[in-house]
Parts: sequence; structure tokens; C-alpha cells
Amino acid sequence: MSERAEVLIAGGGVAGLALASALGRALGPSFAIAISDPALASPPPADDRVSAIAAGARRLLRSVGAWQRLNEAQPIREMVITDSWLENVVRPEFLSFEGEIAEGEPFAHLVENRALNRALREVAAEAGVRLLATTVEEFEIEREAIEGRLSDGTRVRARLLVAADGARSKLRGQAGIATVSWSYGQLGMVATIAHEREHQGRAEEHFLPGGPFAILPLVGKRCSIVWTEPEAEAERLLRLPAAAFHDELERRFGLKLGEIEVVSKPSAHRIEFSMARRFVADRLALLGDAAHVVHPIAGQGLNLGLRDAAALAECITDAARLGLDPGAPDVLERYERWRRFDTLTMGIATDGLNRLFSNRSDALRFVRDVGLGIVDRLPALKDFFVGEAAGLTGEVPKLLKGEAL
Amino acid sequence: MVKAESYAKTTVDPAEVARFTALADQWWDPRGKMRPLHRFNPVRLAYIRDRICAHFGRDPKSLDCLQGLRILDVGCGGGLVCEPLARLGASVVGIDPGAANIAAARLHAEKSGLAIDYRVAAAEELADAGERFDVLLALEVVEHVADVGLFVRRCAEMVKPGALMIVATLNRTLKSFALAIVGAEYVLRWLPVGTHRWEKFVAPDELEAALAAGGLSVVDETGVVYNPFADEWRRGDDMDVNYLVTATKSY
Repeated sequence: MSERAEVLIAGGGVAGLALASALGRALGPSFAIAISDPALASPPPADDRVSAIAAGARRLLRSVGAWQRLNEAQPIREMVITDSWLENVVRPEFLSFEGEIAEGEPFAHLVENRALNRALREVAAEAGVRLLATTVEEFEIEREAIEGRLSDGTRVRARLLVAADGARSKLRGQAGIATVSWSYGQLGMVATIAHEREHQGRAEEHFLPGGPFAILPLVGKRCSIVWTEPEAEAERLLRLPAAAFHDELERRFGLKLGEIEVVSKPSAHRIEFSMARRFVADRLALLGDAAHVVHPIAGQGLNLGLRDAAALAECITDAARLGLDPGAPDVLERYERWRRFDTLTMGIATDGLNRLFSNRSDALRFVRDVGLGIVDRLPALKDFFVGEAAGLTGEVPKLLKGEAL
Repeated sequence: MVKAESYAKTTVDPAEVARFTALADQWWDPRGKMRPLHRFNPVRLAYIRDRICAHFGRDPKSLDCLQGLRILDVGCGGGLVCEPLARLGASVVGIDPGAANIAAARLHAEKSGLAIDYRVAAAEELADAGERFDVLLALEVVEHVADVGLFVRRCAEMVKPGALMIVATLNRTLKSFALAIVGAEYVLRWLPVGTHRWEKFVAPDELEAALAAGGLSVVDETGVVYNPFADEWRRGDDMDVNYLVTATKSY
């Protein structure tokens, strides 16, 4: 069986769905879009992970209509960064951000990945996107089209194939695009914590020698923690009896929010860096984790994926509205130029942060504390960092500015 | 469909078909010889679309914004402008004096699944036949014709009352000599040497006078400027080198 689409998206994660929704809304039903992922067969699976949705990404989600469907989004009202060792009783605050990038617009919200995925599926379906519960196994390039072969035997001929199939993208491999990657030798433990007192929308990131420990406020008296340790230490911690694990957690979490309780079994995620050498090939574009995986230290992975989606949606829309081929090299080169610099900056910044902080060197501690102290005292520089974290520096795609395509 | 019929007439020889296929591939390869034209195409298409939509009250964001409009592209080459306009809903006639170009354009349109009426013809022949259009395009043509005044007047005849003519060409300035002749042909090698003759370039006031003689009045004009750092063309006020003009015929 052979079908046709203008754009075939492989991978139904947040970035792929956001791209599908944005295109569906901008270009209407005559521009056929299909998104293919076996996970689309059933509701999004249980997932503890939450994401800090930066202001720019939130504007995109709002303009495609997904944001309005999220029942629970916790604004970050304040963000505090400390640099400390575990045995420090008092953790000096070196950097704190009041959380608004504009009047009434917090620079980030915390959202559960699962709820976000569900909302995006709904808007994609309403925008006329075909949701196919199958895998794009491989592709074949022709001069005027690219044909995706799906695991159920269907073939979809499209102008453009978007590989949004994750960090281990099979399609990226088939396109012969190499990656630069390494593992940090760290595991990120993720868990939901219930606590006694209100968190007031305060997010904290403690740069501990083993790795960053982040506390991300959720709706209600709950937080999500992302606790990074070297692999061996993380494995040891995860094997501890509940009471001992609780004690270790409390040493890091602190007592400010009163009694704490782990309400979900901690899950562990390997922490890696990976950057594709190219973001595009003939009639193929990489999106989200397929293009880049950055250290979660600044909570930017998902935001980068949404920024990819905003840029690619704009490139495709501009071409389609001129009657031009949305899979043409010029269109894809524009996307690549647009995203590479931003992605690389973020990759280097997050890598650098992790290297700077995940150690016990006194000298480095002095350097970083002076550095953070300077940033904290210079409003313009601080605004730049807040803007960068919110995805609002450089030439910004329309969707990230809250404008329609 | 006109396409199938005229296709049959021109392709009797398989060797010829192979030659036209190669030519079509050349026209349509965005990384090949025609790369400069592919880079230039979006900016002129955007101008054409926007002027047509503004004039006929269409929404340029709609994918069928040119629905129902009859457009003639004079000097259409391999169809780089005809196809996008047809995809946006226009009913397009493309003419070119080069039979090979037209054969190549036809082959490509067929592969793209677009019905475009391509003909080996000069503008005068269609004017003689009394053809009329909602939009007449003369893109990068007037600087190559033998008599600009005559060419523009014959084109103007084919513009329906209240309809549009859009002309893209090169100004005759020192700057255009430096950029379009020395730069594009000799330095960058974007175009074969001898593609353009500077003395045939047309100044905006000369074009305006020719249009006026044909009963058309200029309603909009824009320059198009190349930014070598971004490798990108943009619209701008500078009409010293490349420029586009839109004119209407009164009722």
C-alpha cells in the first residue's frame, strides 16, 4: 500500500507532535502531514519526568492550542542556584532569578511530560494530522520525493521526512549522519516528592560535587527531583532500603519544606551528550533528540526540541506558501543554519556547567563562585541568561515569539 | 489536458526525451548550474504572490491563493516560476522560444503532477491570437528582447482590463555593471560569461514609459538585494541592480 504526504514525521514525541500540530494549523488540511510512532497505539505511558517549559516554548505550545489543554502547569516564580558540598550546612545562594521575563509571564513552567504528550496528540489530530501507530523502518530517496517504509508494510511518499525518532535515531544512521557524543558517566535519578510546606514556586538547583541536584516545583505540595550522581554511586543509592534512601535524599533536599516523602519509585536515566554533525540530509531533517542530546543540567533538552519544531515549521510553511518544495535543499539549509548555532551554544554551555560544577576542586569552586556572583550583580548579563534559558535570544522563530505562522 | 497532447507532438525520439530529461534535471537541480536562480526564486515568487493577492483581495497565507487566476509567464525556461504558481491554484500558461526548455518544463510538470500549458512561442504569437490574462509575468526577459517598447506593448495587449503585469529585470547603472556583469559572470561564475549585455539593461523610467505606452500604470516597485554573507536575496529600496515592477491596466 502506498500513501502520499507532504511531510512524514517519524517519532511521536513532544517535538514531532509540536511540529505536526504547528504545520497542520498553519497550512490546513490540503497539506497532508503524517506522524508515525508505535507508541501512538496507546495513551502516553506513565512517566515521572517533568519538563521546565521555557517562555518561548510555551508560546509555541499556546499558539498550537496545546498549552490551554494542560490542567496543571506550575510556574517557576523564583530560581535559586547554589554551589555547595554536601557537608555544608548553609548553602550560599550565588545566583537567584526572579521568575518573570515579561509582566505576568514566568520564564518557565513545570509540566508533566505525559500530560504534554497527551495534549499535543489531541491538537495534532484536530489539526488533521494523520497519526499512524507504526514505525518508519527505513527510507528511500528519489529526486522529487522520499519514501518511508513503515513496519506495517505501508509506504508513504513524502516531500520531506523528519527524523524525530530520538537520541538513537535509526533514520539518522541510515542517512549516514554521524554524531559527536559522549557519556557523562552520570545517572539522573528522577522521582516525585511530596512535602509538608508550600514551595511557593521556587525551583532550586544545587551544584553538588557528584552532580547537580534539582528541585522542580509541581502543582500542589509536590516537587520533582532530578538527582545526578556518578553511575556507581547512583546505583548504590537506588539499591538502598527505602529508609536509607530517604535519609540520603533529605541530606540533599534539605528541611525547608518540612517532612518529605518519595511518592514514586525513582527511575534512573543515563546522561549523555550527543550532537549530530549535520541536521539535514537529502529530503531529511533531524528534530529534537535525534539532532542533539544535551546535559539536563539546565533543563533545556525538551525546549531545544520545541525550538527546532518552531524553526522547521516556519521554514516549511514559508516554502509551501510560495508553492515551493518543502523538502528542497534550500529550505533544509535554512533550518540547519537557524538551529545549529543555538543548539551548539546550549550544548557547550550545559557541558561546561557540568564540568565546572561536578567536582571537588577548591580552585574551580572559587572561579565559579566569583563568576556566578558577577552574573548575579549585573542585571544586563542576568537578563541575557534568563532570555537564553527562555529561548528568546537571536533571530527568534515566530512561534516562539507567540506570533502565528 | 493540453499537456498530454502537445507532449505527444514533441517527443517522438527517445534520444530527444533523454536529452530533455537531462535538461529538466539541470533546470531543477537546486545544487547544480541553476543554483543562483533557485536562490533568487523565493524572493521573486514572494513578491509576485503578494502583489497578486493584494490586487485581487486574496489571502497570501492560503495554499490556493491564486485559484482561478489565468497567468502567463513569458520566457518561462524550465518552469521554475510556473510550477509554484500552478501549485498555488493558478491556471498557468508558460511560453519560451526554446523548444528544449519547453520540453524539459513539460516533463517536469508531469512528474510533479501539475497541469501547465507550456508552449514554444513568442509573446507576439499569443497577442495575435487574442489571448487574455489576469496576470502577465515578464521575469528577466526585457533585458534580452530586441525592442523593449514593442515587447512591452504586445504584452500589455494581453493584460485584461483591471489586471496585472509584473516585470523583473536589471537596471543599467555602474553598480549593476559591477555586480551583474563583472561579479555574477566573471567573478562568481554564477552565469556563463555573455549571459547579459549591460547596454541592454533597462532603467526603471524607461520601463515605466514603455508600460505607460501600453496603457499600464506602475503601482509598485521594489529592489532586490543580495546579501553575500547570508547567501540570501531580500526585497529592499535599492533598485540599482535587480528590481521588480507591478503595473495595472485601467478599465
